[in-house]
Amino acid sequence: MLEAKKVAFRYATDGPWLFQGLDIDIKPGEIVGLPGSSGKGKSTLAKTLAGYMKPHQGSIRIDGHPLQQKAFNPVQLLFQHPELAVNPRWKIKKLLAEAAAPSSDLLTELSIDESWMERYPHELSGGELQRVCLARALHPKTQYLLCDEMTSMLDALTQAIIWKAVLGIAKKRNLGLLVISHDSALISSLCRRTLDYFIQPV
Amino acid sequence: MNVHALLPMDRRSRTIAVILGCLALFACVFTGAWLYGDRGEVTALTLRKLPPSLQYPFGTDWLGRDMLARTLKGLRISLRVGLTAAGCSAGIALLLGLCAATLGRAVDAVITWLVDIAMATPHLVLLILISFACGGGEKGVIIAVAASHWPSLTRVIRAEVLALRSSEYIQLSRQLGKRPLYIARHHMLPHVLPQFMVGLLLLFPHAILHAAALTFLGFGMSPHTPAIGALLAESMRYLSMGLWWLAVAPGLTLVITVKAFDILGGNVRALLDPKTCRE
Repeated sequence: MLEAKKVAFRYATDGPWLFQGLDIDIKPGEIVGLPGSSGKGKSTLAKTLAGYMKPHQGSIRIDGHPLQQKAFNPVQLLFQHPELAVNPRWKIKKLLAEAAAPSSDLLTELSIDESWMERYPHELSGGELQRVCLARALHPKTQYLLCDEMTSMLDALTQAIIWKAVLGIAKKRNLGLLVISHDSALISSLCRRTLDYFIQPV
Repeated sequence: MNVHALLPMDRRSRTIAVILGCLALFACVFTGAWLYGDRGEVTALTLRKLPPSLQYPFGTDWLGRDMLARTLKGLRISLRVGLTAAGCSAGIALLLGLCAATLGRAVDAVITWLVDIAMATPHLVLLILISFACGGGEKGVIIAVAASHWPSLTRVIRAEVLALRSSEYIQLSRQLGKRPLYIARHHMLPHVLPQFMVGLLLLFPHAILHAAALTFLGFGMSPHTPAIGALLAESMRYLSMGLWWLAVAPGLTLVITVKAFDILGGNVRALLDPKTCRE
């Protein structure tokens, strides 16, 4: 179980808290939604959960153990802009193999074409590149996938294709999924449970 | 003008052809100066002040010395000085830029301050002072140019490394369990190296021009060395006597050489950038 207990974060030491005393738990195989409008701290929370930033208070644990530094992180984060999440000087083949070369099954499942391998990231479209990022994040050791506005910049058809593939893989591998989006319709159609930390009370 | 019709190649081949052409030009300068031996330094008083002809394409000066030989030798000295000075300068820039970006805020503040000071000082004054303090000559010119040309490249490298350190794909690489050494080698180096190479290439023209300027003003190489700056300075006295070729030919070759380096830098950049390398 991915578990955050009483986490708090702020950017400046005297700045306002983005979130404080926040508890989250995601079980393997569970799909949890995190809706909320822009600028509320959803992405910061995702980066904290995925180990990119340390929370100022509280702790984050996986199955009772704290996140390990300098090792493959079983909590993988997917960004909104795939073109920023890849080294523009690396070819797709090298990108995919950064952690471990993905199996050909996974590539077929995400419809990643063999002909992309020798291309540079800017030679793929946004949706294609996001699928490459997905394949990279879906390492055998990955247990939790945090999708931070993963499909916000894509058209409805591409969104549907990507989510279908992700849900299928998550079910097969029993992955825990956190879906972060400002699109409440997307979240309500994907998730059984939603966290309402970032929804302002009316 | 339609260059594309003249050279029916894709952009990559044209870029490579231009780079090879520039390198061939520099090779010509060095071999030419070497083949001429001491010809540009011997005086022949019967052949004084000859205008450009087939036998003496650049004419002869008031002592009957072959100006083509002198120009080639001058260019060779300029290239050598430019290469050494720009290399040293780029080395300083790389070191300072990396230190500023990786060693914390205090080091960064000091180096940024140094860059600001060096950039705020008038270039030529700094060059003259350093060259004069080092006793002039080739050594003085090299030290002066090397010590005054690092600031802009330092800024570029510092900014590049800082941007890389905070980029998403490098943070992500850490989460994929990659070590700092792997990240430096595979993520950072391929970004910083082209910037460094292009910065170095674009430093040459500055270095060559400033070396010539120092010599022209009398703070550089001794008047006996046929440096381009010395040739141009000498020619000034003879221009009013109608010996125009003494200034025009060496001046033009200097401009062509400098421009060749500029073109070389631009083309190498186009070749190393994944966005343009396949066009």
